[in-house]
Amino acid sequence: MTADAVNGTAPAQKPPASPGAAGAALHWALVTLVPILAALLLSGGVLLALGTDPLAYYGLVLQRGLLSWLGLQASLSRMAPLLFLAAGLIVAFRAGIWNLGTDGQFLLAAVIVAAAGPPLAAVLPGWIALSLCLALAAVVGAAWSLLPALLSAYQGVNEIITTLMMTFLGTSFANVLVKLAFRDPATTVPQTRTLAVDDRLPRLFGSTVSGGLVLGLVAVVLVHLMMTRTAFGLKLRVVGANARAAVHAGLPVPRLTVAVFAISAGLAAMAGAVDIIGVQGNVRADWNPAYGLAVIPLVFLARFNGFASIAFVFLFSVLSIGGESAARRLGVPHFFTLVVMAILLIVLALVEYVDHRRRERMRA
Amino acid sequence: MTAASPEPGAPILALCGITKRFPGVVANDQVDLAVRPGEVHVLLGENGAGKSTLIAMLSGLLQPDDGAILVDGREQPIASPRHALGLGIGTVFQHVMLAPTLTVVENLALGLPWWRRPDRARLAAEFGRTAEGLGLSIDPHAVTGALSLGEQQQAEIVRALLRGSRVLILDEATAMLTPKGVEELGALMQRLAGRGIAVIFITHKLKEAFDFGDRISILRLGRKVGEIPPERLRALDERAATAEIVHLMFGAAATDEPKVGGRTRAPAPSAAPLLVVRDLSVPGQGAAAVADVALQVAPGEILGIAGIDGNGQAQLAEALAGQRPASGGSVLLDGRPIDRLDVGARRRLGLRYVTDDRLGEGTVGAFPVSLNLLLKQVGEAPFWSRGLERSEEIDRHARALVAAFDVRTPGIRTPVGRLSGGNIQKVLLARELSGAARVVIYSKPTYGLDLQTTIAARRRIRDAADAGVATILISTDLEELLELADRIAVMSRGRIAGTVANDDEARRRVGELMIGAGP
Repeated sequence: MTADAVNGTAPAQKPPASPGAAGAALHWALVTLVPILAALLLSGGVLLALGTDPLAYYGLVLQRGLLSWLGLQASLSRMAPLLFLAAGLIVAFRAGIWNLGTDGQFLLAAVIVAAAGPPLAAVLPGWIALSLCLALAAVVGAAWSLLPALLSAYQGVNEIITTLMMTFLGTSFANVLVKLAFRDPATTVPQTRTLAVDDRLPRLFGSTVSGGLVLGLVAVVLVHLMMTRTAFGLKLRVVGANARAAVHAGLPVPRLTVAVFAISAGLAAMAGAVDIIGVQGNVRADWNPAYGLAVIPLVFLARFNGFASIAFVFLFSVLSIGGESAARRLGVPHFFTLVVMAILLIVLALVEYVDHRRRERMRA
Repeated sequence: MTAASPEPGAPILALCGITKRFPGVVANDQVDLAVRPGEVHVLLGENGAGKSTLIAMLSGLLQPDDGAILVDGREQPIASPRHALGLGIGTVFQHVMLAPTLTVVENLALGLPWWRRPDRARLAAEFGRTAEGLGLSIDPHAVTGALSLGEQQQAEIVRALLRGSRVLILDEATAMLTPKGVEELGALMQRLAGRGIAVIFITHKLKEAFDFGDRISILRLGRKVGEIPPERLRALDERAATAEIVHLMFGAAATDEPKVGGRTRAPAPSAAPLLVVRDLSVPGQGAAAVADVALQVAPGEILGIAGIDGNGQAQLAEALAGQRPASGGSVLLDGRPIDRLDVGARRRLGLRYVTDDRLGEGTVGAFPVSLNLLLKQVGEAPFWSRGLERSEEIDRHARALVAAFDVRTPGIRTPVGRLSGGNIQKVLLARELSGAARVVIYSKPTYGLDLQTTIAARRRIRDAADAGVATILISTDLEELLELADRIAVMSRGRIAGTVANDDEARRRVGELMIGAGP
């Protein structure tokens, strides 16, 4: 049929407006929507096995995460730290560096910003204090990544191991800081002093959506443009795609590696900062949302594309905010959101594999 | 080792009219070879003479297209490496095939059925007995990686014997060894032959062939061009034998390969050298990869560098290009030292390097042709302005080069990895020859290319030199060097063994230097 349409030898039939574009759109829908539906079905099976009505669960998730005004605002606010994390991961992954230590970078920066925020806000105008908080976070994150960066750049030590180990150290150290150094003497539970609501990031248009959302969107778009449109981003992509070609082309690979670590960890740390100065206001002892590990599959699903990452981060926010409500109502653990995401990732990988095989066969 | 040959002197293994074709090339053409017990049979030949293909067919890795292999006088296809072992044909490759983290005994146990627990004590005892019988002392419980390369090779030979090999193939076994290791291996080969094993020894070195061989067969361009049987080998004096072998290996052959044509003009004799290399050394694994190399090239001159692959040519090229640190000596461009400059700075001075590893380091396969053409200029004007990409400039540049260098590509945004080898090479040539190229180093520029792209590439090299580019042409293809170069230096074990002018005597003298028979 396509051959006829292309050759125009079937005048009797109404030719499609543009077969190539329509075919591509259909193909895209198939390889994107089919896995999502399949993942929802499979997750539904798991829910059934748990003794929960999947339709009720999904309905509740959708209702509480997306369709209710309150839920939607919570979902959008939740996006802010996730977007910063996605930006940091895109830089690292595109440069071929596996920064798996974002949780440590996130938490350490969150604690230090939570400690520095109230005194800064007391002496400086609001936006200067908030900007200083973000900058401070970036410095903390970059500093925490320095050891894995130097080991990877100059000694070839695998950064997957070192960043993971630094994340354990970072989360423990953050806890120590909350309990010993930055503890608010006015409270009984160990936590830092709380940033007054008036000193936090402004809310958007009279809603409760944190202004961090805008910052996060800007961060992802800037990172996307940096990686795709600038010479610096191209250099990082060369290092990521073929490190030997980078050496051959004379790129300073070790220095670029350290820079990637600093940018990636800095962005992950800013995620911690926007969560504190935007939503949380303080850090309680043993608080660790582990957003970093949750964002990794989202960035993979988006194939390191910034705009697609925004869409997946939104989907995940809705699922997790809705999932938290549904967890309370239906007794499903709140981390079931991660189960859905994991199943989606596996199904997408399988569909992509099958699709790739099919195209190979068509080319042969 | 266990099975005795039916009658003394009869070949264990005979090849009759073996032919093997690959797309675009006949790797082996009607090769006859007889391998007899108790004899060290040397196979001599340049890179690309067809030795490796022949060995691959004997060890069951490849099947001949034509001809027959006779084992003990009976026609016998060798279906797989396991089958070859079963027939008593063991192969020791140039690169050691033992797992370095396992002990010698554990390596012996690797081929055994997986469900059976290996009897380490028995294996160690057998290994020790066989090794001792050959005058070798290797601890069977030593971790393989801790042994020297020579010892690892000896362990492999013992393993091949333990598996009942009657024919032992040593594929360029001396290439990785120290001179002392070579001596030991030679003595070992003769002891093996003394026990009735048929040894096939592949080498590039004439001296090794004389010292260790009983019979010498010479391959060239896939054909067997000569054989010196034991009686003649003993009767010939070394000088006469050298002359005969050099003639067979390198003598002007009647090839139907069309020529690009020689240089249209010789470089001005008075021209001052543009690139001067003084006593350059580059560290390698163990011995230096490049040792005290001195050379110079004038504008418009082509200096060929000949030599068997792996004698330091790649390291020399990388050190000159600035992507590999040197340990000594200096490089001068236009009289100014450039030792401290990095790749980018050397490139801006007009020093270019066309690598032979086109997809491994020359290009980023997943990136479009347009960006690969600018891979060494990322961030430079006019293609980037204040760090921001200017797509229209990049595209214009790409379209111009694709047209000028006749790159056959569906488009300038096609990932370069999708192109054929010849077109990837055109992309590399376009990148390195465009702009103000003054010194260009080519590493095996036509390796693996089909005839047409080979000719096109050679024409580019010659035209660039005619336009005044000082050229260093590293090649393992002697015909290419004789066709293009003004002078030819021969590299051997990281050193320049000698430099000869490309005159009528060049073929013979380069050949002698290459196989270590020179003065």
